[in-house]
Amino acid sequence: MTQGIEAPEIETRHLAAEPTRRDTPGSSRRLPTLGLGIVLPFIVLIGLVIAAVLPSWIATTGALDMDPAQAFAAPGAAHWFGTDESGRDVFSRVIFGTRSSLLIGVLATLIGLGVALVLGALAGLGTKAVDFGVSRFLEVLFAFPGLLLALLVITILGPGVVTTTIAVGLSAAPGYARMIRSQVLSIRRSGYVEAAIVQGKSGGYIIVRHILPNVAAPLFVLATLGVGQAIVWASSLSFLGLGATPPDPEWGSMLSQGRLYIGNAWWLTFFPGLFIVLSAASTTLLGHGIQRKLKDR
Amino acid sequence: MSLEIKEVQQLSPGAEQHAKRKTFLKVIGSRVLGAAGVLLAVATLAFFAMRLVPGDPVDALLGGPGNNATEEVRNTTRELAGLDKPLLVQYGTYLGKLVTGDLGDSYQLREPVAQVLADQLGNTLLLAVLALATAWVLALGLALWASRGGRIAAVVGNLLEVISAAVPHFWLGSLLILVFSVNLQLLPATSGAPGIDSLILPVLTLAIPLAGFLGQVMRESMLIAMTSPFAISARARGESEIQLSLRHALRHAALPGIGLSGWAMGSLISGAVVVETVFARPGIGRTLLQSVLVRDVPVVLGCVVLVAAIYIIVTLLSDLAERLADPRLRAQ
Repeated sequence: MTQGIEAPEIETRHLAAEPTRRDTPGSSRRLPTLGLGIVLPFIVLIGLVIAAVLPSWIATTGALDMDPAQAFAAPGAAHWFGTDESGRDVFSRVIFGTRSSLLIGVLATLIGLGVALVLGALAGLGTKAVDFGVSRFLEVLFAFPGLLLALLVITILGPGVVTTTIAVGLSAAPGYARMIRSQVLSIRRSGYVEAAIVQGKSGGYIIVRHILPNVAAPLFVLATLGVGQAIVWASSLSFLGLGATPPDPEWGSMLSQGRLYIGNAWWLTFFPGLFIVLSAASTTLLGHGIQRKLKDR
Repeated sequence: MSLEIKEVQQLSPGAEQHAKRKTFLKVIGSRVLGAAGVLLAVATLAFFAMRLVPGDPVDALLGGPGNNATEEVRNTTRELAGLDKPLLVQYGTYLGKLVTGDLGDSYQLREPVAQVLADQLGNTLLLAVLALATAWVLALGLALWASRGGRIAAVVGNLLEVISAAVPHFWLGSLLILVFSVNLQLLPATSGAPGIDSLILPVLTLAIPLAGFLGQVMRESMLIAMTSPFAISARARGESEIQLSLRHALRHAALPGIGLSGWAMGSLISGAVVVETVFARPGIGRTLLQSVLVRDVPVVLGCVVLVAAIYIIVTLLSDLAERLADPRLRAQ
C-alpha cells in the first residue's frame, strides 16, 4: 500500500496525450475521458454522502438488528449483501458505516491540514532559520513511515475512534506541510508578489490577497486526495483493533470480524472492503481530476 | 558545488575526473552525516514521545496498574530501572545504551527488546525485500506495456492510481486468501510456517499496490525518455520502437524507481504491520502491533527506532545508487 507516506506527485495525462490532439479542443476523443474521470467518482461520492447523511433511507434494517434464524444468509433478494453471524444485514451495516468512515476521513484530513498549514506557512513565510528548523523537523517525521507515526500516537493516546482520527490526521500532516511549504515559497517568489512588495503593500495584505487565494486551490485538491487516504488508514487501524470496536458498523472492524468466517461467508469480508475502495477511489480520482483541470487552466 | 565544477572544466581531463570524484565523496560524506543526524533526532523524539504515555512505568514493570506492590517494592523497582534519575540523565543512559544496541527490556515479555526484535527482523525483511523485488518486476512490465501512450494507457494509469491509493492491504490480502486458499486451495492462508508457498500471498499483498504506484512513476519517466533527443537519434539510426524501449527507455523508467526505494521500503514495513496480522505471520509489524495494544513502551520504542533506522539507511543507499545510475545527477 502506498498510503501513508507522502509520495511524489504524479501527473501523467499531459504526457499521455499527443500534442496534436491537445491542440484541437473540439476533438471529441479526449474530452469524454476527462469528463468521465470526474463525473463518475463524483456520482459515487454523492451516493456515499447520501448514505452518510440519511442511512435509514437506504438501509433495509437497523445497523444492530439481529435475527439469529437468518445467520450467514448468502447475498440474495432478502439480504443484498448477506447476513453475519448474528443475522445482521450486511448491506444495512455497510450503509450505516458510511457516516463514521466519511466523517473520520474528513476530520482526520482537516486535523492534518490544520497542523500542516501552520508548519508549512511558518516555513514558507518565516525567516531562513525558521524554514530550516521546520524542514528538518519534517524530515525527522518522514522517518516514521506510514502507519508508524499513527501507531506512536495511539500508544500515547490509547485506542479508540477519536484517537484514531487524531493519529491519522497527524501522520498525514508532514506530507501536507511539505507541499504547502513549497507552494507558499513559489508564490512568495512570483512576479505579482514582488510587484505588490514594490508597490509598498503590507505583509498582511500580501498574505491575504495573494498568497492565501493561491494556496487555496492546491489545498482543496490535497484535501480531496487526503480524505481517501485517511479513510483507508483509519479503516486499517480499526481492522487492527485500535479504532472502532464491534459491534459498531465500521468497515474496517466489520471486515476484521468477518474474516473469522472467511471459509463459509465470503460476503462478510468482501462488501465492507468494497465500500472502503469505492470511497477512497472516488475521492482520489476526483482529486486528481480537479488537479488536472486546474493545471490545464 | 556548481561553481566548483565550472572551474574544473577548464582543467585537464584527468584533473577533472579527480575533482568529480572528490565532489562525489563530499556528497556521500554530507549525506551520511545528515542521515546520522536524522537518526539521532528520531531516537530523541521517540524517547520523549514515549514519556507522554500515561501511567507510571513502575506499574507496567510490576505487571499492570492492578498490582499490589508495596511502596518499598515500587521504590526498589524504580531505582533498579533507573526511573528515579532526572529525565535528562535517563535520556543520556538511553542514548548510550542505544549505541551499543541495548534497547532495554520488554515490560510484558521480560526479555531484552534487542533480542525480541532480532528474532523477528529477518521475517519482516525477507517479506519486504521480496515484495519490493516483485513490485519492481510488475511495475517495469506495466511501464513497458503502457508506455505507448494514448487512451488505453490513460485508463491503465487511472486504474493503477486507484489500486495504489484505495485498496487497503487487509482487503487485498483477505481476497487473495479467499481465492487461492479457500476456493482453489492452492496456497496456505497463514504464513507462520517456513517455506516458499506460505510467502507467496503475503508478498503479493504487499507488492501489488506498490507496483501500482511505481508503475505509474516508471511509465511517466519512460514516456519522457521516448520523446527525448536520444530517442529521436536512435529512431533515426533505424532502431525499432521495441528495441528503443528495451535498450534505452527502460533504464530511464528504472531511475525514479531506484530513488523511491527508500520510501518504498518504509511503506512496505508499515504495510507489514497489517499483512503480518492478516496472514498470522511473525515479524516486526506484529510485534509492534502487540506492544502498542498493551503499551509495552520499550518494545514500541525499539520497533519505531529500528524501522526508522532501516528507512533512513535504505533512503541513503537509494539516493547514492541513483547518483551512480544517473550521470546527470553527478554533474549537479
